[in-house]
Amino acid sequence: MTLLALDALTVHRGPCPVVDGVSLTIGEGELVGLIGPNGAGKTTLMRAALGLLPHRGESSLARLAPRERARSAAWMPQMREIAWPVSVERLVTLGRLPHLGARRATDADRAAVARALDWMDLAAFAARPATELSGGEQARVLIARALAQEAPLLMADEPVAGLDPAHQIATMTLFRRLAEAGKGALVSLHDLGLAARHCTRLVLLHQGRLVAEGPPESVLTEGNLRDVFGVRGWFGATEHGPVFQPLDLAG
Amino acid sequence: MSARALAFALGLLVAALFAASLLVGPAGLPPRAALAALVTGEGGPLALVMQEIRLPRAILGAAVGASLGLAGAAMQGYLRNPLAEPGIVGISASAALGAVLAIHTGLAAAFALGLPLAALAGAGLSVALLTLLAGPRGSTLTLILAGIAIGALATAVTSLVLNLSPNPWAANEIVFWMMGSLADRSFTHVALALPFMIAGWAMLAATARGLDALTLGEDAAEALGIRLTRLRLTLVGGTAAAVGAATAVAGAIGFVGLVVPHLLRALVGAQPGRLLWASALGGAAMVLAADVAVRLILPERDLKLGVLMALVGAPLFLHLIWRTRREFA
Repeated sequence: MTLLALDALTVHRGPCPVVDGVSLTIGEGELVGLIGPNGAGKTTLMRAALGLLPHRGESSLARLAPRERARSAAWMPQMREIAWPVSVERLVTLGRLPHLGARRATDADRAAVARALDWMDLAAFAARPATELSGGEQARVLIARALAQEAPLLMADEPVAGLDPAHQIATMTLFRRLAEAGKGALVSLHDLGLAARHCTRLVLLHQGRLVAEGPPESVLTEGNLRDVFGVRGWFGATEHGPVFQPLDLAG
Repeated sequence: MSARALAFALGLLVAALFAASLLVGPAGLPPRAALAALVTGEGGPLALVMQEIRLPRAILGAAVGASLGLAGAAMQGYLRNPLAEPGIVGISASAALGAVLAIHTGLAAAFALGLPLAALAGAGLSVALLTLLAGPRGSTLTLILAGIAIGALATAVTSLVLNLSPNPWAANEIVFWMMGSLADRSFTHVALALPFMIAGWAMLAATARGLDALTLGEDAAEALGIRLTRLRLTLVGGTAAAVGAATAVAGAIGFVGLVVPHLLRALVGAQPGRLLWASALGGAAMVLAADVAVRLILPERDLKLGVLMALVGAPLFLHLIWRTRREFA
């Protein structure tokens, strides 16, 4: 089943298009990595896909009513905001808002929150004020919040930036496992090594246009790396799985 | 503290202060006879004092305090800033300007509801201007800036009216009204203000869910299904109705909307939605307490409620700043 379908999505900031005619579909079972250099339009693409920005073209999510959309896709913005010193558990419970309506939290809600806390290795922090945690821990709390929403599609803007290696790997592995269990995810990443290793598919943006998509090895080609990122890299299918390492600047 | 225990404690506090407000006054009535007269309506002048003077004053004290506390908590939650207060969007200043114009033009003297009605009109006008300026898709920042500009304009015109006041008595009346007071209010005032306040409370209470979601920022809140435009309109409309009506009957009373949410935040686990009802109860308690205090401290000198509130509120606020300063040092 298709979880997100974009058709010629275009976003203008002033006269120039920041996202330019991007068409893309994401289905169940996919962990799609959205990659591209700074300013390529990754964040704008995801926000417009959710209907948070005025856009042209079609997005299946933007067409939905707000409540319905919140049940279809969870969104973790790049800006990690936690305005008040609420407890970690209560913050993660905010992810249940689209399911709650006027009624109080049910056992299902509490179970979803407990599961998300456990996945993100946060059970020990549940009662702590979220604002007192370190930056990386706060990021994990916000990922847990998005996971507690239990939407079929997870969209996250650089979710693993600032996490330690163990939690980066754990988070990407978890996303992959959720995808294998029937969910879908669109995740923007700057770490091409993680992208190559964990994503089922990569989407490469450059100056607002989709320039390549497909399995990691078909996107992280010598030509794309040189033309889009201005680097050279090494990609190998090793006995430890796919490995990608950027090497140096392209001459 | 659990939510239920806190609600019980605050409710008890409000009830006790409401009773104190009924029983404290210059007439020095015997409490038991006074309460009996209040309920039965028998006992001649005693019943008159209780039913026509003390009861409306106590009701207004609780309602004005609840309006200010609730609006303050909602404004802080929406702006995600503990230093916000209802006055920041210029509504109280505009309501005060309406009242001042009513005093100046003689409308207030012409009929009893002239002043509060003019104040409500001032509040309504400022909200219309605010929504026009801040636009349907305006950001939080636009709302604050527009509010500050409207507030500054209203204050300037108020000063102009004082400046051009033809005689010192009119100026005096204006200055005294602006200090804020609940003395000599009647059920006419209650009947005028309470419907607006209740409508305002209902609107502000409806923002709870949106304010909770805004803890995660505007983008995340919108993606959680919150309609931010509608939330902003509800917030501004609710604040205008509640605070506009409060200012119309009690004058400008500061610090309640700023200090009360601050005091209670930790007790509700900092969740902005739950802070709403707690701050409504806390605000009611605070204004009732201050209104009892003005009658006890200087019974003969008509100490103004707004003056006492600022005298107590400002040091309290300084203490809070001192505490947060250490927290973030």
